[in-house]
Amino acid sequence: MSAIQITNPISEQELLKLKAGDRVLLSGTIYTARDAAHKRMFETLQKGEELPFDVAGQTIYYVGPTPAKPGAVIGSAGPTTSGRMDKYTPVLLDLGLKGMIGKGYRSEEVIESMKKNKAVYFAAIGGSGALIARTIQSVEVVAYEDLGPEAIYRLTIKNFPAVVIIDSKGNDWYKIGKQQFFEQNHVQGADC
Amino acid sequence: MAVRTIFYEEIVNQVANMCQEANFELGQDVIQAFQAALKKETSETGKDILEQLLLNADIARSERVPMCQDTGVSVFIVEVGQDCHISGGSLYDAINEGVKKGYEEGYLRHSIVDHPITREKSKGYNTPSIIHIELVPGEDLVIHMSAKGGGSENMSALKMLKPADGLDGIKDYILSIVAQAGPNACPPLVVGVGIGGNFERCAYLAKKSLFRPIGHRSERPEIAELEKELMGKINELGIGPQGMGGNTTALDVKIEIEPCHIAALPVAVNLNCHASRHKEVRI
Repeated sequence: MSAIQITNPISEQELLKLKAGDRVLLSGTIYTARDAAHKRMFETLQKGEELPFDVAGQTIYYVGPTPAKPGAVIGSAGPTTSGRMDKYTPVLLDLGLKGMIGKGYRSEEVIESMKKNKAVYFAAIGGSGALIARTIQSVEVVAYEDLGPEAIYRLTIKNFPAVVIIDSKGNDWYKIGKQQFFEQNHVQGADC
Repeated sequence: MAVRTIFYEEIVNQVANMCQEANFELGQDVIQAFQAALKKETSETGKDILEQLLLNADIARSERVPMCQDTGVSVFIVEVGQDCHISGGSLYDAINEGVKKGYEEGYLRHSIVDHPITREKSKGYNTPSIIHIELVPGEDLVIHMSAKGGGSENMSALKMLKPADGLDGIKDYILSIVAQAGPNACPPLVVGVGIGGNFERCAYLAKKSLFRPIGHRSERPEIAELEKELMGKINELGIGPQGMGGNTTALDVKIEIEPCHIAALPVAVNLNCHASRHKEVRI
């Protein structure tokens, strides 16, 4: 199974073709944001103010990297658990956010909003931050610099490995992938 | 009897070093467990993930960068020999100073908020750490350190079962916690279990079990059997590496037990992600 090359921002046509379980290599431009940045963006929108960057068409990566060593572009930069961003996500999807990269389950509300807004959720490999750092070519602060590793950064990436977990139709690879192996393991064994 | 003196500065330096080594160098026990899993895993995506994790560990070791951006909360279990004396300051301060030094100088992430509700960031770099002290015979100081990630800690749980729930109830509970955690705890996992004690002791037992290297079975034969049985059952859940389906959901299951009240059957499940970062030093 070979990986599909995707350039971000992702085109609608490419996005609609992606299926849960597809392996992808992501390139182009993405934005980082995790707990604290999401909370601030959410509160900004509640006050009726504008976000520090236009999320329409963009992809957000849930990451809080380690500090870069001297001479390095970035420190380790693997995904954090996406579910903590669920509360703040539907409003961003309504504003046109198209992609999210993280790891772990999403809520029903997020999946419904993804179907409605035609968005895709990728998982990167949790705990492979040193490997992922090699795919990040540049880092630029966009907003909330005071949050340190939790600030919003614009990243240029090349061949960042990920898997489509939830596609724009709402298919969830965590359910499909697990079910296949659960059934295999429980067909022969009558031990439970 | 003479009392041995251990100096504050030595503890600071040893702890700083441990924090960096734990984050840069994945233990051989974990690497061997990945390699063994790779031979057995039948999921293509699962195999790919295990290969990437091995490569990631190589990069971290050779470039001296953290294997994971979540460099964790530093958790210590310190065996303090009752015939040793710490000179130059408190043991707690020495450990925290070592963590601060190790994390800051090693470009590890500061991941601690001082206030759990306001979420205000702590001023001491990645401190305070969590420190458990055990007083033991002898004159040595043995420091066990773990860099414990937040994702797997968040999926951990404790329940006060009824004694009537028995062994089946214990097994069902452990399996349910692993199933619920799914991809969130970053499988393949090391599953730490505490059974018995009381409310807080049980959680501590689960944590303590995670400090045993992968592959080390309980010295109690009935508990060693239970560890093996649960390992099989967990790997039949189908969750697989990163929750994307497969047969490698756990690299190991560790269980610690202790006596408890006639009315009680506490069970705690402390999950560890595959980045099971543990170091030990004897001073």
